Amino acid sequence: MPATLFLPAVLAKLADGKELTAEGATVGELVAGVATRFPALAPRLRDEAGNPYPFVTFYLNDEDIRFHGGFTATVKDGDELTVVPAIAGG
Amino acid sequence: MAKDLPDLSQDEILRYSRHLIIPDVGISGQRKLKAARVLLIGAGGLGSPLALYLSAAGVGHIGIVDFDVVDLSNLQRQVLHGTKDVGRSKLDSARDRIGDINPFVELTTYETALTSENALDIIKDYDVVVDGTDNFPTRYLVNDACVILGKPNVYGSIFRFEGQASVFSTENGPCYRCLFPEPPPPGLVPSCAEGGVLGVLPGLIGTIQATETIKLILGIGEPLIGRLLLVDALNARFRTVKLRKNPECPACGTHEITQLIDYQEFCGVPQAAAEAKRDRELPEITPRELAERQRAGDELDLIDVREPHEWDIARIPGARLIPLGEFPAALPTLDSARDIVVHCRSGVRSAKAVRQLQAAGFQRVWNLAGGILRWSDEVDPTVPKY
Repeated sequence: MPATLFLPAVLAKLADGKELTAEGATVGELVAGVATRFPALAPRLRDEAGNPYPFVTFYLNDEDIRFHGGFTATVKDGDELTVVPAIAGG
Repeated sequence: MAKDLPDLSQDEILRYSRHLIIPDVGISGQRKLKAARVLLIGAGGLGSPLALYLSAAGVGHIGIVDFDVVDLSNLQRQVLHGTKDVGRSKLDSARDRIGDINPFVELTTYETALTSENALDIIKDYDVVVDGTDNFPTRYLVNDACVILGKPNVYGSIFRFEGQASVFSTENGPCYRCLFPEPPPPGLVPSCAEGGVLGVLPGLIGTIQATETIKLILGIGEPLIGRLLLVDALNARFRTVKLRKNPECPACGTHEITQLIDYQEFCGVPQAAAEAKRDRELPEITPRELAERQRAGDELDLIDVREPHEWDIARIPGARLIPLGEFPAALPTLDSARDIVVHCRSGVRSAKAVRQLQAAGFQRVWNLAGGILRWSDEVDPTVPKY
């Protein structure tokens, strides 16, 4: 299902912009597709085994996917997936 | 409760009149602010607008924890401090500025790093804690201490053009560990010192933290509890996402964390330090030795592995730019028969390049100790430091 992936600026430079159109039946599939398209971005989105990191949170629309099955969460047409990495600056 | 709140003097009534005529604040709200005790962790980018606005708003008691000295490179965003304060302790500078803004504020300063040993003792005396720190170990420390003591933790974090804000550790709300259960490995996420930050961004996020702090004290509005505010200054985009309390969170869910741990260890800092120590054992050349070899006309290739925008700021004459990310692809263009010196800003990135060269079989390779910063100090002060 086509959805929009929103990246923070720090990761957008590893892809071709802050907003990517991507497809996948689940968040994991969608992220795997994006990882294939942008190999430099791949290790910043998930670990080598394809699992999410504890320091990068994915929001499907405005819900943390950890509470909706993680990477198995279902993606619907038009969904928005927002990547929120931990930052520490102050 | 209200009768225990401190009274306002005539001077205070006039000073806070624009608050007093908002019905949601009023005299009783202003007295709550006067009675409130707020602890700011950090007097830097986020701490600056926090200290300015919370003192102006009439928060009666403000505590600030910081151990840093004002540096010229702070002034682009740390508006609490001025040019005259460069070289002074941030706490001394904060005391002067806050005293000038509002002499009714009682200020307590803690010239120390917040540690697992002192955090509970410092935080216990406050009603609200505001996290304006610049590193992961302290953020997890502040979180856990606030959860253990049951203090709300007003969170803000920034990088380049983007920021995050939320309110953690309220009675039924989530905490920082619910958002990020574990920190990234050291070096993966650049700090503002490494990656930069737009000067006004801590102004945006810090004033949001100040607003949330005042709302918590007054008990009005809808605080950012259970919500994470994401600010993208470049695209002028603000969005909030839901933050859920994780029932398995070791801090606020299962309450397994009953005492403070070693947060440096938790965040992988000792391992990173050991790696940095190994990097320092690589073959090195000092800036003076390099300058001497250049003067003597020695045959050597000087490679700069910084980014092009850093090259535009300052460079060492004779260097060739190959950003670290492009280094593997550029290896075949380097001549292993020649002496190669690699440099960056401070010597950390170039150590990684030296390792790559060694792995590719290069034997006559040196890291420029201290990078272009030390070159500026010891060889050519006309090369600007940044």
